[in-house]
Amino acid sequence: MSELQQEPTATQGEGRYVVGDPIGDTRAPDSPIGDRWADRKFSARLVNPANRRKMSVIVVGTGLAGGAAAATLGEAGYHVKSFCYQDSPRRAHSIAAQGGINAAKNYRYDGDSIHRLFYDTIKGGDFRSRESNVHRLAEVSLNIIDQCVAQGVPFAREYSGLLDTRSFGGTQVSRTFYARGQTGQQLLLGAYQALERQVHAGTVEMHPRTEMLDLIVVDGRARGIVTRNLFTGEIDTHLADVVILASGGYGNVFYLSTNAKGSNVTAAWRAHKRGALFANPCYTQIHPTCIPVSGEYQSKLTLMSESLRNDGRVWVPKERGDDRNPNDIPEDERDYYLERQYPAFGNLVPRDIASRAAKNMCDAEHGVGPGGLGVYLDFKDAIERLGRNAVEAKYGNLFEMYQRITGDDPYEVPMRIYPAIHYTMGGLWVDYDLRSTIPGLFVGGEANFSDHGANRLGASALMQGLSDGYFVLPTTVADYLADAPFDEVPADHPAVVEAVDSTRARIDKLLSANGHRTVDSFHRELGQLVWDQCGMARSKEGLEKALDRIPSLREEFWRDVKIVGTGDGFNQSLEKANRVADFMELAELMCMDALHREESCGGHFRVEHQTEDGEAERDDENFSYVAAWEYGGDNQRPVLHKEDLEFSYVHPSQRSYK
Amino acid sequence: MKLTLRIWRQASPEAKGKMQKYVLDDVEPDMSFLEMLDVLNEKLVMDDKDPVSFDHDCREGICGSCAMVINGTAHGPQKNTTTCQLHMRHFSDGDTIDIEPWRARAFPVVKDLVTDRSALDEIIKSGGYISVNTGSAPEAHAIPVDKVSADDAFDAATCIGCGACVAACPNGSSMLFTAAKVTHLGLLPQGQPERATRAMNMLAKQDELDFGGCTNVGACHEVCPKGIPLASIAQLNHDVLGATLTGARSD
Repeated sequence: MSELQQEPTATQGEGRYVVGDPIGDTRAPDSPIGDRWADRKFSARLVNPANRRKMSVIVVGTGLAGGAAAATLGEAGYHVKSFCYQDSPRRAHSIAAQGGINAAKNYRYDGDSIHRLFYDTIKGGDFRSRESNVHRLAEVSLNIIDQCVAQGVPFAREYSGLLDTRSFGGTQVSRTFYARGQTGQQLLLGAYQALERQVHAGTVEMHPRTEMLDLIVVDGRARGIVTRNLFTGEIDTHLADVVILASGGYGNVFYLSTNAKGSNVTAAWRAHKRGALFANPCYTQIHPTCIPVSGEYQSKLTLMSESLRNDGRVWVPKERGDDRNPNDIPEDERDYYLERQYPAFGNLVPRDIASRAAKNMCDAEHGVGPGGLGVYLDFKDAIERLGRNAVEAKYGNLFEMYQRITGDDPYEVPMRIYPAIHYTMGGLWVDYDLRSTIPGLFVGGEANFSDHGANRLGASALMQGLSDGYFVLPTTVADYLADAPFDEVPADHPAVVEAVDSTRARIDKLLSANGHRTVDSFHRELGQLVWDQCGMARSKEGLEKALDRIPSLREEFWRDVKIVGTGDGFNQSLEKANRVADFMELAELMCMDALHREESCGGHFRVEHQTEDGEAERDDENFSYVAAWEYGGDNQRPVLHKEDLEFSYVHPSQRSYK
Repeated sequence: MKLTLRIWRQASPEAKGKMQKYVLDDVEPDMSFLEMLDVLNEKLVMDDKDPVSFDHDCREGICGSCAMVINGTAHGPQKNTTTCQLHMRHFSDGDTIDIEPWRARAFPVVKDLVTDRSALDEIIKSGGYISVNTGSAPEAHAIPVDKVSADDAFDAATCIGCGACVAACPNGSSMLFTAAKVTHLGLLPQGQPERATRAMNMLAKQDELDFGGCTNVGACHEVCPKGIPLASIAQLNHDVLGATLTGARSD
């Protein structure tokens, strides 16, 4: 892995990284795509039920992937330890997903099938994901719905008593199952309840308010984690035969995102620094319809369901800097720019296109609201056409939420919206079995990179989390455990001692800086930098500027951060500082990845690579690969390993929505 | 606007707490309540003082982390709204605002406004689920669920487990929380096999923990940010009574 083959060319980042050996997914069977998962399940080794309780599994994170995996492995009889930083596993951020979960049930008889869900997901990902994994996801989607219904998830139903579905962006079939606007909550509570049942049964040991701060690797295998008890500040070690990370995405590198405040990259990043490759960090997804920033104090962003674009019309004033009340701006002084630029799809263009168009309008000083960072989403025509009652029936709860946050009544004044980060497609590299490059370290859910390519389709995140947690990991982890139990790791093993000592040293260093700036002020600055240079539109110049600035910002952070209090006990500033320190490192790799990828694809838009009419221009000849980065050491250049993507079942094509 | 905040400060579970006064000069109406506290905390840190600890995570009103008694009311003055979704435009220049943690025997204070609500997990653990192992589920359409039951089950299932009901109850009872789960699962055909034992076990666990008994005050429903129907409690009582009459055994 560390044998270096070639120096990158000047256009590929000017010596900021080195290129290592290519890698490949060695676990996917070679059979026809529809048989691969069945073949892999059959070839996966089993563990005798009587031996399972002697084998221990650590699961970090209790969202859909982690909660489902811990519950299922507990049911199977393994000794599971589950960890989350929240005060209860029920609060993991999967809970905030609104829209729904896709499944190829074809209950509508509208032409859906496993192959169509597979096809839509590969295309939606702009041909940057792995066919084998995506096909398995589509297959397993059927079992997920069955499982959740049996658990009592109250999905929306029709008067027949059968399950209702709705349509979502990027597809022509109705395959999204939902529970009002709270599908994530209901699915997570299903997994949480299954988990609590195993806690009751004694197979799962639950550790809430416990944050993983390092991975323990012994003789090349992941064997445990170092944790901090957020109540008492105690640093502990937990050892096991296998470690599963399901710790979510890294959207909070932008400071402002739709993620929960505590969502962080720490578990994944520490695993990366211990040898796990980090894939495609520059693939981040921006949601076009979020409530805009209202001031300096803004702490997070709230997403408004994309369904609003079905009836709302997006516009900005034609005149720059026009700050009149929107209702006083006459029709002929409004620019309905999406309808003008994309007459075929109008206000319903895909997420990335709608987001970029809003940014372009605001960059050209047509934006509205505080700082000119917003565009109008107007329901006046819909209310006139359908009547207020019909609009209320469709969007009432969303309008209420908007009014609660902004104080404006969307029935009277147009909504203001602006794009925001809400999902990250990149993550730790995994093979078909969801194994990282460290044996014994598995990664599930948003924390891995595997299924969504460069852009995720709506209602697919919940599907992937549950697919990994309920169905994939329990099979593949069992296969790995067929070789276990491994030699017991003594508590004074040098690798354990080193991990604990370095964790303590890091906390001491953070606390002793006693500088002049708060953690949040650093996080804000980092977030703004990454948003400006590695957000909706990226350029070589901007990325280089960010790459020059991030190391110095990081150095300032360690020197000048101010944290009050000690590490012995509850200290939320220290928790934040620990996470921000890792975002400071991840940000650099993100920008590096974005700089090296000299093409535009999905959520990654490089201004140098666009068609004449401003659309993303993919370069399949040179960039049809997964970029998996190896940590090169502190202040050393990272090493790029490429996994070539092969498309045997779906032919890559160019997207067009004109 | 200018606000005077009186906030409960308590350094540790064992320490004695007290209300501490702070003045904020530059609060904007569009700030959320938690953003107002963020601003206070930034100032405290710069003054070398310990920032106020409070639980929060999603800040979208769905994770159930945030938990403050604001001017005597759990989650503050706006109905059907969690603390994180409350905005400062509901307050006026010159107001004094009292901010306290949940007050309930079952929720000991950890620090400042943070309490330990793990007792709620204990109640779910005692039976708040349907015992179906992964992979053993029948085809989803095998059992239709009438729309009314599905909708009512959903209404109960929207509970976010914040504990406001307990904080508001003069008895410190978790009856609405327990009832919401019993109702959610008890209304669905999938939940029938364990319906009787679930209700009995969950109620028994609630009684065993430090929660008080329910005397039908209804304060829980008033403060519930998700508007869980008070009738859920009747459903729980109904199920427990039914279980008793049919001789269902609690294990």
